[in-house]
Amino acid sequence: MTTGTTADAVRSDRADELVGAADPAAGLAVSSQGLTKRFRGGQVAVDRIDLAVPAGSVYGFLGPNGSGKTTTIRMLLGLIRPTAGTHGLLSQPMPARAADVLPHVGSLVEGPAFHPYLSGRDNLRRLDAADRHADPGTAKARIGAALDRVGLTAAAGKRYRNYSLGMRQRLGICAALLQPRRLLILDEPTNGLDPQGTREVRALVSELAASGVTVLLSTHLLAEVEQICSHVGVMHRGRLVAQSALAELRAGSAPRVHVTTTETVQAERTLTRLGLRATARDNDGLSALIGSADPAAVVAALVHDGVPVRAFGVRAPDLEDVFVGLTGEGFDVSG
Amino acid sequence: MSVVERPRTAPVISTRMLRSELRLIFGRRRNIAGMGVLASVPIIIAVAIAIAGTPEAGEGPTFLSQVTSNGLFVGLAALAAELPLFLPLAVAAISGDAVAGEANIGTLRYLLTVPVNRTRLLAVKYAAILVFTVAAVLLVAAVGVLIGLALFGGGPATLLSGSQVGTAEGLWRLLLVCGYMSVCLAAFGAIGLFVSTLTEQPIGATIAVVGLALISQILDAIASLSPIHRFLPTHYWLAFGDLLRDPISTDLVLTGMLSAAAYALIFWTAAWARFAGKDVTS
Repeated sequence: MTTGTTADAVRSDRADELVGAADPAAGLAVSSQGLTKRFRGGQVAVDRIDLAVPAGSVYGFLGPNGSGKTTTIRMLLGLIRPTAGTHGLLSQPMPARAADVLPHVGSLVEGPAFHPYLSGRDNLRRLDAADRHADPGTAKARIGAALDRVGLTAAAGKRYRNYSLGMRQRLGICAALLQPRRLLILDEPTNGLDPQGTREVRALVSELAASGVTVLLSTHLLAEVEQICSHVGVMHRGRLVAQSALAELRAGSAPRVHVTTTETVQAERTLTRLGLRATARDNDGLSALIGSADPAAVVAALVHDGVPVRAFGVRAPDLEDVFVGLTGEGFDVSG
Repeated sequence: MSVVERPRTAPVISTRMLRSELRLIFGRRRNIAGMGVLASVPIIIAVAIAIAGTPEAGEGPTFLSQVTSNGLFVGLAALAAELPLFLPLAVAAISGDAVAGEANIGTLRYLLTVPVNRTRLLAVKYAAILVFTVAAVLLVAAVGVLIGLALFGGGPATLLSGSQVGTAEGLWRLLLVCGYMSVCLAAFGAIGLFVSTLTEQPIGATIAVVGLALISQILDAIASLSPIHRFLPTHYWLAFGDLLRDPISTDLVLTGMLSAAAYALIFWTAAWARFAGKDVTS
């Protein structure tokens, strides 16, 4: 490559080099290796997590409150320093390249925060003025468009202190949309919204994702993940206990038969003979992967072998079961 | 695919954020009320003297006895009266709020993710403190001059060294005093900025910084502590009187400005050292 003569050419040369240098995380909008945060006092809030958020995905960062999601998000954005580990955004190392990466990242961290005595619009003006890359000439149009997008145009002149929780949340999302973004990191974006607002925000996230924006969305609501996410990472007590495409996780939850009986030894023998795998005994009987076996034939074989079958069922575990299995705790499935 | 291409190439120097910061400071009702209090002191002084007559020389605060000879002295008297507490309080309120105020309501995290570089944030915050400081000092002086000239008119002004000067020269001396006080208070603002990075409670930062100014003045008044007096942040504040002599005596004033510069540098650096790597958990 010949040396560029203009400043632009020089800059893009350097950019290519840097993209090449960060290759291990190529294709990932968010990546981390061994990311850890230990607070003063010794409490480990985030424990060696390896995030991999593919570009273009809607990644549900799922976990109960207090599992380390917000601390992780703060580390990703460079607000707090990791105790150990590294991470990158948009294939660039953070926080080294924060000044170049963050203009492409919109975020909502632990709820919205604005000056209470300024109007919604003035708060957005303030944030836009702080952005060295924002063009003051287009500020008015961009702010107007962002307000319109979250349905706040009518309330834009009201003081923030008079906003309802839902309006505040929308203004927070609105601020993340002042510039075209390549990555949105949204911490509990539907918190405090009524059902209608929740639907609108989810639709907005899906719409943004469809336009190619990668979305990392933290939530404690399983339903939210099921509705709008393509990928999921499950946090539990600071650990990332599972991470995969949602479809993969569903596929992994194959249907099982459950036999309620006192004769578990004979029942297990029968099921094994029929080719059912992964038998497991429990309190009132045993279960096994049904595979391709015909449930009716399984019951017939059990009865033929003299097993007293008191109940029989085939059940495909839903995602909630999968997550409860991973974390040992339930999720709030409402909303 | 490169993410390094930016939405727009940033200008090397932009005053947009500073202007936004100033709108925030001067548009806030609390601050407007505070400036109202600052401006009320010269009015109170002028009206009180107009009604009750001139105090005897040596009675009451500095310059009060000269007010009726030249209205300019209302501005000077007001500045002298507000220097120990009101002006430091105003600067402490703004500087204590600079970082702690944003942390308190959570807007700090959103400024940092815009992104605003932390050094740049401190620089803009301090620049805004400087502008506010100058504005506050000039406000007191201007209100004092206006009401003073209105009530008592201009006339020969007697300087501290006894010689008399005209209104134009008097105005010039008053401006010099404003400049010197602004420098002293701006250094004090750097201390406020530093304390502001230590806490998420802006009121706490303000109280701590005002307390510091008062303690410094108390220590300065204890004669047996004279060896440490020159290291106190408020020690040279009263040197502004030297600007009212004929000829101007510059020794103390220059030392005072050096002391102010040292304080500003030390505490701005401390603020930076504290804030640049701080975990923002607010």
